[in-house]
Amino acid sequence: MTETLAGLSNNAVYAATVVYALAMLAHVAEWAMARALPADVATAGSRSALVSAGRTTASLDADSSAADSSAADSSARPGGVGTAAAGQGASPAEVERSDKFGRIGLSLTVLGLLLHAVGVVTRGVAAGRVPWGSMYEFSITSTLAVALAYVFLVRRYKIRWLGLLVTGFLVIVLGLAVIVLYRPVAPLVPALHSYWLAIHVSAAAIAGGALTVGALASALYLVRSSMEAKALAQPEKPRTGFLWRAPAAVDIDRLSYRVHAFAFPLWTFAVLAGAIWAEYAWGRYWGWDPKEVWAFITWVVYAAYLHARATAGWQGRAAAYVALFGYATFIFNFVGINLFGSGLHAYSGM
Amino acid sequence: MRTALILLFLLAVASIPGSLIPQERVDPSAVFLWKQEHPKLTPAFERLGMFSVFSSVWFSAIYLLLMLSLLGCIIPRLRVYARAVRQRPPKAPRQLSRLAAYDTWPTDEPPEVVADRARELLSSQRRRIETFGPPTTPADGAGSAEIVVSAEKGYLREAGNLLFHVAVVVVLVGVAVTGLFGFKGSAAVITGQGFSNTLVQYDDFTPGTRFDESELAPFSFTVEDFDVRWERDGAGRGTPLTFSADLAVSDEPGATPYDYDLRVNHPLEVGGASVYLVGHGYAPRVTVRDGAGNVASSGSTVFLPQDGSFVSFGVIKAPYASPTQLGFEGYFFPTAALCDGQPCSTFPDADNPVLSLIAYRGDLGLDQGRPQSVYVLDKSRMQRFETPGGNPRALLLSPGETIQLGDGAGSITFDGYDRWVQLQINRAPGKVVPLVGVLAAIVGLLGSLFVRPRRTWVRIRRADGRTVVEVAALDRVSGGDPAVHVAEVGAALRPAAPPAPRQHTPPEESP
Ligand code: HEM
Repeated sequence: MTETLAGLSNNAVYAATVVYALAMLAHVAEWAMARALPADVATAGSRSALVSAGRTTASLDADSSAADSSAADSSARPGGVGTAAAGQGASPAEVERSDKFGRIGLSLTVLGLLLHAVGVVTRGVAAGRVPWGSMYEFSITSTLAVALAYVFLVRRYKIRWLGLLVTGFLVIVLGLAVIVLYRPVAPLVPALHSYWLAIHVSAAAIAGGALTVGALASALYLVRSSMEAKALAQPEKPRTGFLWRAPAAVDIDRLSYRVHAFAFPLWTFAVLAGAIWAEYAWGRYWGWDPKEVWAFITWVVYAAYLHARATAGWQGRAAAYVALFGYATFIFNFVGINLFGSGLHAYSGM
Repeated sequence: MRTALILLFLLAVASIPGSLIPQERVDPSAVFLWKQEHPKLTPAFERLGMFSVFSSVWFSAIYLLLMLSLLGCIIPRLRVYARAVRQRPPKAPRQLSRLAAYDTWPTDEPPEVVADRARELLSSQRRRIETFGPPTTPADGAGSAEIVVSAEKGYLREAGNLLFHVAVVVVLVGVAVTGLFGFKGSAAVITGQGFSNTLVQYDDFTPGTRFDESELAPFSFTVEDFDVRWERDGAGRGTPLTFSADLAVSDEPGATPYDYDLRVNHPLEVGGASVYLVGHGYAPRVTVRDGAGNVASSGSTVFLPQDGSFVSFGVIKAPYASPTQLGFEGYFFPTAALCDGQPCSTFPDADNPVLSLIAYRGDLGLDQGRPQSVYVLDKSRMQRFETPGGNPRALLLSPGETIQLGDGAGSITFDGYDRWVQLQINRAPGKVVPLVGVLAAIVGLLGSLFVRPRRTWVRIRRADGRTVVEVAALDRVSGGDPAVHVAEVGAALRPAAPPAPRQHTPPEESP
């Protein structure tokens, strides 16, 4: 029984990887078809990039943003990107073609997500415990969190423009998990015999999923905002391609902030749950074990990110760099410390 | 704020070496090895405190500075906040149309009707309301008279933020104080033997600076049995499945003992301290007879596991042997086999236990008055037993086997083995303080991140014989979408009759 389920899990994870890869190809096609398309009226028009960029920034400063100061910023208004772009229109057929591939990509992603969920659940049932006892299992579970977060956010905030990045990420990580990290179902070492495993690791996996989406959005924000800055310098240059059809930098930035704001308290909780567990298992809640040090570093960097968002002069690009740096520390903790590190957290199965 | 940002980054950077260089408090033997491998760097690193980063001067300096900047920021902000919560929503800016979220429409309703509806709507959304404007409507055509309903919500954001920062201070102080009054110790106890909570029974004991030895609670316990099981086949072969130690615990001398099943993740709480099972190993039982045939040493000796296969290293000393003292050093192989011609253990459980020792005779050096580790054999005044060819003579013993050392020096018998458990015994009074601190921090954080202070204004004035309504909103933090809110307010305030198109576009497109 266990063997059958474990086999089923493996097949489902392979299949999910392949379906995600197809979804990624569909999104590549979506981008390719949009190469010649001008900026979308819906995103570049009404709440246009540079127009709202100037204004939203003003409304961000915590206290000084009396309404009058935001009024001063509206000097950036006339002749912004939006008005220029709104004039041109793409032929509906061309738009539809690109859009169709986008929809195919999303459908495939949802299909992949279902297979992926089957893979994770059957793995857990086969092992008779939560499916995050080794690095392979943590990889498939936390990528499931990424996929879930993305599909949820697509429904809620229309973030299909992140599709290529998300599916690309899923293919790479699941592919590595299957090829490099794979370990057959094995029992847990006694240190992991605790319900804290369920609490601590699931919080970390969900936070990790959200941080991944946040990091992808931050990366896209950096690209889009520099595109907008260039466009402002050369207003006559045509603005075509998929990225011009994605939402304006301010909107991407807002999404990225929301996702990070969701992830940070959860990450704090994951670290806290880890500390309580360590108290039960090892007799100390904090021992500066390498894994703990890097969890702390990640926490501090994201705290700095939230501060940066609240500090004048650090918003926008600077904050996005801080977020990406925070994500790098998160990944290093997972990959670097598990593979090369030592310490009490050495249960990666490597 | 910028200082705090820089200090936060510094703190992150400063903790990196602590994860890359072995730390004295985490793994002293790794520190020892590292120092041997890097003799050139060692002195400089020692001076910089690289082997105990988290208690080094510079690390402490950063977090003290962070704490100061935190306090220096919380205190004035508390005062500001106390004033702010009592404040009424502010007047409207002159040009509402310049705000990012703006909506306007003309209507023929009288201004007070619209104002009443606005007040009702906004206060039903649990906003604090203030009305500015004439108490009664002036005569038609007075032109400049206007009513402004100003609403504000989200005061809890700052409260949450302050709670979060105060909680960070609580955690930092809590962590520092918890260490002061407690202690941390460890002991290896062989099954069948006991432990009583006195200093001499600890192998290692670190008191907090404020801890007094007389505070050691008089509990004791016996490790009656230790059960360990490993996965025997499949992918996880050799991984441990369960560890569990049966203890008989007495709270104080003479008390009736009770049983406790000590496991990982299941510590024993006794006398204000916690006892944790953190490791285990083998203790070979050996009898050493001297040249006269008298028993010079007998019983089990703790051998230290070297790796996951539980090849264990240990030393046996027989100071009472005559004519010369005897010493043994070597390895215990739980499941002995040959791997590439070398003796090794192929499984951690004791399926085929073999003891492999080198014997020495001479002076163990125990009378020098210097403390000696039980895990180290001082061979400086001892002589090795050798084969005729001049090589060290390896004594390979299976349980029950006896080997004569020759030269009338005596014999050694491998009687069998016991297991031992490594226990960690801690007392950390006040450890709930950091816990409560972190929980409060999370609550504060949620408030600080998800409460969005927002000001909403509805301005109603007469112009050209009609009533003009303007709605605008301003978020004081990022992440929200005030335009959506304005659209909702606009939709709710418009006269019901023909549903107006949803409109929340910036003014340049709706001149
Ligand atoms: C280790 C964690 C943290 C430390 C040591 C810390 C420290 C500080 C300090 C010293 C200040 C005040 C500086 C000033 O006003 O000049 C401050 C302000 C602030 N912090 Fe934190 N902070 C931490 C985490 C956070 C987090 C996670 C958030 C996110 C919600 C946050 C949000 C804020 C905000 C919004 C302000 C006030 C901004 C202002 O009044 O201008 N802090 N922090």
